[in-house]
Amino acid sequence: MKGETETGGVRKTGIPSMKELRASPGYPGPELLARGPIAVIECVQDIPCNPCEAACRRGAIHVGNPITNLPVFYGEKCNGCGNCIPVCPGQAIFLVDMTYSEDRASVSFPYEFLPMPAKGDIVEGVNRAGEVVCRAEVLRVQKPKRFDHTAVITVAVPKELAMEVRSMKRLKREG
Amino acid sequence: MARKTEIAVVGAGPAGMAAAIEAGRAGARVIVIDENQRPGGQLFKQIHKFFGSEAHRAGTRGVQIGLDLLREAEEAGVATLLDTVVYGIFSDRCLGLAREHHTEELEADAVILATGASENALAFPGWTLPGVMGAGATQTLIHIHRVLPGKRALMVGAGNVGLIVSYQLLQAGAKVVAVVEGLPAIGGYGVHASKVRRAGVPILTGHTVLRAEGREGVERAVIARVDENWKPIAGTERTLEVDTICLAVGLSPLAELAWMAGCEFRYIPALGGWVPLHDGNMETTRKGIYVAGDLAGIEEASTAMEEGRLAGLAAAQSLGHLTRERGEKKKGEVHKRLAALRMGSFGEGRAISKEQILQARETV
Repeated sequence: MKGETETGGVRKTGIPSMKELRASPGYPGPELLARGPIAVIECVQDIPCNPCEAACRRGAIHVGNPITNLPVFYGEKCNGCGNCIPVCPGQAIFLVDMTYSEDRASVSFPYEFLPMPAKGDIVEGVNRAGEVVCRAEVLRVQKPKRFDHTAVITVAVPKELAMEVRSMKRLKREG
Repeated sequence: MARKTEIAVVGAGPAGMAAAIEAGRAGARVIVIDENQRPGGQLFKQIHKFFGSEAHRAGTRGVQIGLDLLREAEEAGVATLLDTVVYGIFSDRCLGLAREHHTEELEADAVILATGASENALAFPGWTLPGVMGAGATQTLIHIHRVLPGKRALMVGAGNVGLIVSYQLLQAGAKVVAVVEGLPAIGGYGVHASKVRRAGVPILTGHTVLRAEGREGVERAVIARVDENWKPIAGTERTLEVDTICLAVGLSPLAELAWMAGCEFRYIPALGGWVPLHDGNMETTRKGIYVAGDLAGIEEASTAMEEGRLAGLAAAQSLGHLTRERGEKKKGEVHKRLAALRMGSFGEGRAISKEQILQARETV
């Protein structure tokens, strides 16, 4: 069973279903995605948490009161800076750029495993179920101090998998 | 003659440290006692970023919060007594301490018990084999002793502890073969589950561990699906090649000192079992004895720190270090932050249970 079609939902399998994601106010629709790099917030539960709100200097993310509100995403204000990605304690924010090239999209995701990939590496893109779905080229590895050890990895993937790839397979340790 | 202090805090975890800091800042003489060699409780094993609001230090890793608490305690003039066991609490808030090779007494005007919790065990055939351990022990091995407990682990329990420790095992280089959860749904935050799942770990709800097999240690685990009455379903057994089985099946308040002090208790399963009654100041049914953190009901570290602040402020106020006006104002702020942490579908149950404690306290 592929992660995308699995219907049990996040409380059953750990994989948010497409139904849960589409119902979430943080999940951008196809029109917004078509415009360029944009945040994709996959936060579907009312947990008390709001660092994403302050991370966005353009006011594109609103949690408000009470802090158990799901983040509401105003995609037209998002410039795709990605500052929200390392800040989310739940690692539930991604960046997708459908306009990266003719046939490929870029996907950025938080990553906290060693060893780290390097720019130019070909890695295996995995979906929300952890299944390898494609080969992916590492475009960028960002890990400045202010990210506090949560690296943000950007990979290029086949365009049709842009909304499926959410991480990469962990690299083997040496020795 | 017994040593004296104004406020004695038992337990140097997040609740105890937060209590000591608030009381120390208010000007009280405070001693924190802990049986471990280092203060911080479980905080130094919490390498993930915390949830909450900015006021709760959301987005900051538990380790950093622990370091900050130690610094703040020092700045607030708090004394710490480590490697010291509080073996008893006697009349007039006299604590019996065992340290090095002697015992001594410590008399306090107020005592704040922040002793935390212990992990629940789960008995199944093979559970005494080396390699079966609490998830907390796994964390201690990885983060305190820097030892990987095994290469292939099975996690039992998909609450936040089970999910977080699974992720930490992956970060430390182990393979987590599966997470099994007896309940039909994952109890922890979905985002923690998603992280683990993206890393390729199946989370099997409605499954339990039947037995561990191996000669000198765990070599295999047999799991099976369970029905709604937790009865294993015949024919669904599967054998997993693992060398470690981690148990994350809940916590129980470490309440011995509160019992010994004569505090009234209630049995509240949603908070981990027997919990000492307390009022809005975290004061128990024994005057001058306060509780905070997991001892006052199993929650999480952010809540524990806020409860600690409450107890520290209330104890300092009771000893005249804060005016009534100032004390009530500061406690009001803490109550607001606590309420925020107990909202939503993950917090409501705890909010209701804590309310039960307050109400029961009033009727005693």
